[in-house]
Amino acid sequence: MKMNGAQAVLECLRKEGVDLIFGYPGGVVLKLYDEIYKENFPHILTGHEQGAVHAADGYARATGKVGVVIATSGPGAANLITGIATANMDSIPIVCITGQVANPAIGKDSFQEVDVCGITTPITKHNYLVKNVKELPRVIKEAFFIARTGRPGPVSIDVAADVFNTEFDFNYPEEIKLRGYSGKYIGDSSEIDEVISAIEKSEKPIIFYGGGVTLSDTSEELRKIAQKLGCPITSTIMGLGCIDANEKNYLHFAGMHGSYGANMAIQESDLIIAIGMRFSDRVTGRVADFAPNAKIVHFEIDPAEFNKNVRVDYKVLGDLRWSLPIFREKLNSIQKDFAAKYKNWTQSVLEKAATHPFSYQNEGDQIKPGALIIKINELSDENTIAVTDVGQHQMWAAQFFKTHQPRNFLTSGGLGTMGYGLPAAMGAKLGCPDKKVILFTGDGSIMMNIQELATIADHDIDLKVIIVHNFILGMVGQWQRLFYNHHYSQSELKGKRDFVKIAEAMGVKGYRLEKSEQLETDLPKILSEKGCAVIDVIIPEEENVLPMVPGGKRLDQMLLGTN
Amino acid sequence: MKKYILAVLVDNKPGVLTHVSGLISRRAFNIESISAGYTEEPSVTRINIVVSVENENELDQVVNQLSKLIDVIKIVNLSKAPSIERELVMIKVKASKENRADLVNVVNIFRANIVDVTSENVVIEMTGNQGKIDALCEVLSDYEIVEIARTGAIALSRGPIPVKKM
Repeated sequence: MKMNGAQAVLECLRKEGVDLIFGYPGGVVLKLYDEIYKENFPHILTGHEQGAVHAADGYARATGKVGVVIATSGPGAANLITGIATANMDSIPIVCITGQVANPAIGKDSFQEVDVCGITTPITKHNYLVKNVKELPRVIKEAFFIARTGRPGPVSIDVAADVFNTEFDFNYPEEIKLRGYSGKYIGDSSEIDEVISAIEKSEKPIIFYGGGVTLSDTSEELRKIAQKLGCPITSTIMGLGCIDANEKNYLHFAGMHGSYGANMAIQESDLIIAIGMRFSDRVTGRVADFAPNAKIVHFEIDPAEFNKNVRVDYKVLGDLRWSLPIFREKLNSIQKDFAAKYKNWTQSVLEKAATHPFSYQNEGDQIKPGALIIKINELSDENTIAVTDVGQHQMWAAQFFKTHQPRNFLTSGGLGTMGYGLPAAMGAKLGCPDKKVILFTGDGSIMMNIQELATIADHDIDLKVIIVHNFILGMVGQWQRLFYNHHYSQSELKGKRDFVKIAEAMGVKGYRLEKSEQLETDLPKILSEKGCAVIDVIIPEEENVLPMVPGGKRLDQMLLGTN
Repeated sequence: MKKYILAVLVDNKPGVLTHVSGLISRRAFNIESISAGYTEEPSVTRINIVVSVENENELDQVVNQLSKLIDVIKIVNLSKAPSIERELVMIKVKASKENRADLVNVVNIFRANIVDVTSENVVIEMTGNQGKIDALCEVLSDYEIVEIARTGAIALSRGPIPVKKM
């Protein structure tokens, strides 16, 4: 079929099942946008390219599908970088299509020219520069395949402007031919046998799972395995929801601001059964002293993760969709009551955990962040998607918002990108229109992509934005309070901004909550209203996120206390 | 630090060298040399990398991280297999009438070649493993070396089996 490059892009996207694009037009993608106009392809115009890429990321995390972004060359592409890096760190499948200056202009420092492949190489799973329209269908097919298979990740496709205009004979390839990448990760099941015998020898095992379980949609397998073993379970923040927060053996997440119970159990354990996680510095504490008494089992799709941060004793290389069912079957074939064997260990861990749960203390009529989040949790249904920005509110949300299903807690875990939340929440809502979406953000983070309130208003996107407002960059302030003699260097936000007015000016409703009784009187009504609302919640300024493992300390050397 | 020579087969596509060299630098791996060239298959480029690492774990990291690149087809650590390693060097040395005979002696002892002569200098060419080349450079340092160009090491396995079938 004869068509031009722009038509081919949209045809390829349809073939890949794309039903929504996030983007921002500009000079070199005018032809592509003309085709979007003619074909009425579903597209959300964001206020900033960074908003578009985070929205695609939120869409991908919430739905499990590949998020798609379009941006123009130069500044348009450069504005995607933070979002691509965010997706890369958390292994989120997105495809970014950017326009490049026309072939004859490449390399001449032309207007709005930037070397997109050059700057995206370190932060993508793979990238392409398409200079010939004949390559376009193959490249787009490969890009989606690479983004969604194996360990997922972002793929960038930079397309020279003249390619969009060039007519050619369109053919969508049936097969992928990549010699160096199969996308399949079937491992060696004898590795699982070794894990089983390690578990049989173990007295104090703990399951420690991460975002890989979310990405591979294997939470049901994980739940069955956890049930069979009856041992304590913890997770990274990226794994929240794969195990129901109400599961009795779940110790909540581990790490820097993780639970006392989880961190202590890891340090006491004799076998860490790590599943789909990467031993980030945020969960290991001082890495040399991580789980000193434990052998480590690592179920992982990416061989480069073995022994990267922590030495692994039993590795199981392969997709969790392959390994976990085999693991479960092998466990079930053993006539042994693991739960009974580990009962005392699990009991002692749970008792210890109960001595220092995540908690907060009421102070007068001020709204405490813990109380706020617990109240919102009560007012939400089990399937509500919580999205966060980055900082103290993120950690409080992780601690106090109970997540029951995977893909219901979206946060920038690896890169820690302030400004992620609002556009990601928008993308999540567009991907899952039947779920409620709540964003927890801060008075610092919200300012980093606040322009997307206008996008949300324009498209009547129904989400609730909770600004946990403490007049300071809270996490920076916490570190300054604890380690820099209360020197609040450039972290105080005592300006005159009024988030209620900003919300109204952008076209969404705005509310302010200042007194704790308003959580009972006002909040339920606001949350039950249809449409987007910004809820500016004033909390005390000098709040810490606790527990906290200070930098360079062991996991069991937490600062304790109540939030 | 221990050195290993890796044979890396990659797709012959634009941007591959950037992907490989970018990864090496951002993961803070130490490389001694890198060289690339066509192979018996037009669609495949062979990149030869000499890495220097503290331990086997670090070597595994290099190999595993490189393997993740979509355009990397195969990596073989030729230091662990029976293999032949060679590097080409060209060295420009000042040579007067007085010491030229001396230089020719050195060149003969090393089985190197003189490929250019002027009244003031000679250019010496030699292939060998890195150790032999280092030794030649060491001896020539008694003379005045004007410049050196080295290709970096390349290697092939011994016996009939090529890297792509290992």
